[in-house]
Amino acid sequence: MTSDNADSVSILVPSGMLGAGFPEETITRGIALGADVIAIDGGSTDSGPYYLGASKPKTTAAAVARDLRLLLRAVAGAGIPLIVGSCGTSGTDDGVDWVAGIVADLLAEEGLSMKVARIYSEQRAADLKEPLEAGRIRPLPPLGELDVSTLEECTHIVAMMGHEPIAEALAAGAQVVLAGRATDTANAAAYALLKGMPAGPTWHAAKIVECGGQCTTNPRMGGVFATIDRTGFTIEPLDESAACTPISVAAHMLYETANPYLMREPDGTLDVRDAVYTALDERRVRVEGSLFHHAEQHTIKLEGARITGYETMSFSAIRDPLILKDIEGWASLMHVVFTQRVEQTLCLTSEDYDYDLRLYGYNAVLGDLDPSTDPPREVGVMLLVRAADQALATAVAKVANPLMLHLPAQDMDYLPSLAFPGSPAEVERGAAYEFVLNHAVDSLTPTAMFRTEMGEKHDV
Amino acid sequence: MSETTLGDLAIEVRSKNAGPFWITMELFMRDAEGYRIAADETFLDEDVVAGLYRVDPGSVQIFRIPSLNVVKISYPRPVSQGSLRDRDTHAGQHHVPLAQLVVP
Repeated sequence: MTSDNADSVSILVPSGMLGAGFPEETITRGIALGADVIAIDGGSTDSGPYYLGASKPKTTAAAVARDLRLLLRAVAGAGIPLIVGSCGTSGTDDGVDWVAGIVADLLAEEGLSMKVARIYSEQRAADLKEPLEAGRIRPLPPLGELDVSTLEECTHIVAMMGHEPIAEALAAGAQVVLAGRATDTANAAAYALLKGMPAGPTWHAAKIVECGGQCTTNPRMGGVFATIDRTGFTIEPLDESAACTPISVAAHMLYETANPYLMREPDGTLDVRDAVYTALDERRVRVEGSLFHHAEQHTIKLEGARITGYETMSFSAIRDPLILKDIEGWASLMHVVFTQRVEQTLCLTSEDYDYDLRLYGYNAVLGDLDPSTDPPREVGVMLLVRAADQALATAVAKVANPLMLHLPAQDMDYLPSLAFPGSPAEVERGAAYEFVLNHAVDSLTPTAMFRTEMGEKHDV
Repeated sequence: MSETTLGDLAIEVRSKNAGPFWITMELFMRDAEGYRIAADETFLDEDVVAGLYRVDPGSVQIFRIPSLNVVKISYPRPVSQGSLRDRDTHAGQHHVPLAQLVVP
């Protein structure tokens, strides 16, 4: 593969997430339309800090293998590359190796031989001390300055690569690129930028396609196909019954972005303030006028998670209207009796453990932001306890057990029995994590923080 | 006469996490008239959003996009995502107080 300039580059994005599934015929159609590359995102921080903190994937291996089998067959048949970004949900080294293992098995099963590049993006806290002390790591709002202890407390830290390490692997002949943590857009942009496509249309197209069919009128019907050229890009759904409209495409710039006009990438800022969206026909949209301002300083964003404690959950349910008529009163009594019993039995004070009592069916989701105070018909009572270790969290939750079963309303002179949904009552949730990094490193080069391992193509 | 809410005048009101540290919401209004109401700064501004979500008004960002009949609102997440007191990991149900805001 050479970095010769093409007139246009067409990207096939099968879905918003590897393992989410897509109709097989949408891939066939995208190949027939002349796809030059298939790009798919394998990760996200959307589902919270556990997946990075524990370095575990959110998707199940069978679902990832099902999608990859179809994609590997398609790219092998068409002689085009496949790019997977943010492997294993969080993009840790484990995540890359996990997807690489699935790919190796599939290639063997399918009798295919392809050159596979693995790009690792995990960072050691020790390696980040030097840039931190040199003032090359800056906080992004709303977080503050970083200190060394926060880095050291992280169980895993990843750096979000831009398109450069991926493009470098493609230029070196990789047919399958399995990237660690990458920006959602980088895996879709890398091949087009390598082929000399202009940055504005490329990054804008990459942002629009990164969630697959989300930018179409029917997001459940599979992914999208975008062709980038010298002056803009054209986008259509892979499923012929779905459509892209100027509104559906423009509205996708709003999705999961705090600012709908400007989006920072490692290499600069996408600026769509002057972008114009035009319907070419009933299901294809043309976008022109997108700009990309290259940054003077290339930056790499860090993500990191640390353990906050260990959690145990208990869940019971109330249907009796005599309790539900004053569920707030019942909850207040629960708080008082529960904390007293924990102190009496375990000699623990509020400094030794923490808990959240949630009334599902009443106001569990929004808490005191809830605009409604209507009495509920039934309530699920969730008690979530966090402590320094699992045994302690479970001990605290077990102290609550008789109350989760029998605590009466404040005006009852008998003990009701509440509805546990199963036995045992307590569920140990293991370590709990929180995200603690939202910081950008002034990178010395776009590729210096990443490590690429190029596999060999085997004769089959 | 029953009260009209922003949700009544919208095709969709939605909320979602934007990365681990921000929540963003969109009001997709049905038409230009609905947009005019939602985009009216004397009705819906940073202070009103701050009151609904108990956040600092200085941290609230509002984008008014007439070409899409959309008002977009972003603010830093007050409770750390996935932590003990976070009850909506994807922040996907946080649009409700905004959608139920009664229009003048």
